[in-house]
Amino acid sequence: MEARLGRYILYRLAQVIPLVFGVIVVTFLIIHLAPGDPVLALVGNFPAPEEYVTRLRQDLGLDKSLPVQLLHYLRKVAQGDLGYSFAQRRPVLNIIFERMGATLLLAGTAWLLAAVLGVAMGILSSLRQYSLVDHATTVAALIGFSVPVFWLGQLLMLIFSVGLGWLPPQGMQSIREEYTGLRYYLDIGAHLILPALALSTRFLAINARLTRSSMLDALGREFITTARAKGLPELRVILHHGLRNALLPVVTVMGLNVGFLFAGSALVETVFGWPGVGRLLFDSISTRDYPILLGIFVVVALAVIIANLLTDLAYAVLDPRIRYK
Amino acid sequence: MLFSTRASVTSDTPQGGQLAGAEDPGIHEKGGWGTDRAVGRRLRVFWRRFSRSRSAVLGLGVVFFFTLVTLVATWVAPHDPTALIAQPFISPGPRYPLGTDNLGRDVLSGVVYGARVSLAVGFLAAATSTLIGVIVGAISGYLGGVTDALLMRLTELFQVLPRFFLALLVVALAGPGIGKIVFVIAILSWPPMARLVRAEFLSLREREFVEAARALGVATPTIIFRDILPNALPSVIVAGSLDIAQAILLEAGLSFFGLGDPNLTSWGGMLNNALAFLRTAWWMPTFPGLGIFLTVLGFNLLGDGLNDALNPRLRSR
Repeated sequence: MEARLGRYILYRLAQVIPLVFGVIVVTFLIIHLAPGDPVLALVGNFPAPEEYVTRLRQDLGLDKSLPVQLLHYLRKVAQGDLGYSFAQRRPVLNIIFERMGATLLLAGTAWLLAAVLGVAMGILSSLRQYSLVDHATTVAALIGFSVPVFWLGQLLMLIFSVGLGWLPPQGMQSIREEYTGLRYYLDIGAHLILPALALSTRFLAINARLTRSSMLDALGREFITTARAKGLPELRVILHHGLRNALLPVVTVMGLNVGFLFAGSALVETVFGWPGVGRLLFDSISTRDYPILLGIFVVVALAVIIANLLTDLAYAVLDPRIRYK
Repeated sequence: MLFSTRASVTSDTPQGGQLAGAEDPGIHEKGGWGTDRAVGRRLRVFWRRFSRSRSAVLGLGVVFFFTLVTLVATWVAPHDPTALIAQPFISPGPRYPLGTDNLGRDVLSGVVYGARVSLAVGFLAAATSTLIGVIVGAISGYLGGVTDALLMRLTELFQVLPRFFLALLVVALAGPGIGKIVFVIAILSWPPMARLVRAEFLSLREREFVEAARALGVATPTIIFRDILPNALPSVIVAGSLDIAQAILLEAGLSFFGLGDPNLTSWGGMLNNALAFLRTAWWMPTFPGLGIFLTVLGFNLLGDGLNDALNPRLRSR
């Protein structure tokens, strides 16, 4: 059985390689299909020194054939060289990593919030089908799925920061204060509430709807009747037998939504001036700092592939049937 | 059904193909839709099922309303949305119902014209991606074998590419323009449709009517598009209407990032412009965003209703 799991992991890893290759090829094609000189796509609209441009031209091997150029580019990416930003005078990879922490904090909080609240709402409404709670969850989920996150962010800011003055509207920390210790974390927490709420809504809606329908499905199965017939306490039946089976599709969908989570994070960060990768993306568009745009795309695409892989592996561990296919 | 639609229909379950014909075996007749009278009867059955759901009718109403606004925008909008017609930052009142923005442009006119961009991009992008998805899915599902394997690998690649970031990158490099935006959204949105259509074809191609057509020597393209496709249409229509909602959200996101068509007033662009003036003018972000929200909600409700009416077997609990 363990051997089967090992083989499955190897099989999935093997499938990842062509995807990573595909992402890099797509990036390469974009650089070359962009109107004008591909060097422009790698330098952006920022005055770069002439020597750098010349060297870049040689590095790219523009005089050589496309496959050779692709090999060059592959080698660069494999070495972690995602280009150089002349607007910031630093390698792109360093700039992105520096901002990653803030994005992971925001996205992670929103993801957790969506998981806990969404699953809880889904369970409640599946236990009381067609009740008031159920209808309220359905309506809330529909609204959550349709509202654009960046508009929701602006509304939250209008109400809770501008109107009521309860929470800070911008950034990740208070600029004027020099907090230390616990106050420091509380300050970040206060800044985090509104963006995390805005970002989590869509995923909360998806999780609530999905948990509800898969709980209803699981609770109707024969093993639930068996569990009840054995005289197990109802709570144990619901959580241990029902929820454990119902969570599988929720885990999958949450894993597959990581790309959307990053996209939503970019929009929400822009609204709240949250100093993450998304805000960096927004600023880089206005300064036409193309190397950073390209770098962020590659990093996010690889992150999505890894997240999908981890989801599949988690699924294989949770659901033994997968391995026997 | 909204969220489970994709998950359940796109999975390769064989039930996908039996949806529409469940109560009405006539639908599987060769050639699909039959005589005029049969079409009329089918439409009446469809409408009876569809109108049973209040939310579906509400969705249709919202979509109809915004489509109407789009068509008559020139007459309904009180002003040119780009013209500076009054003092900046006038709050909503009798003269300017939704107020004016930081340059003294009429917000109501902007919201009316913004509907045009959102709906045009939504319809065109969804139609294009549906077309690509149907062709890829039909060929993949009907032919199977190596063709299927290759096309599905390509579909997987497109599915893992982060749509929003790739769209931003392409539009930033290629320069903004509504045609490019439609193209980029379409080219990044077809994979789920392809998988859905493929799953339908996998099950439909084994049916007797297809076998009969093959035995009669009907050409493969004819079998694919004349015999099988009409039976897969209900699922395609549902997924397509939900795709419109997603395309509208994606376009709004691009415009919000400042990559919308600079010559057109769009809801996302208005929200981008409002970013700097949240403290001064609450009406600047509120109304364009409400436009996006209602339109997307409308298409989602419509898609849900269509799903219940066209695919009764898959109806949500």
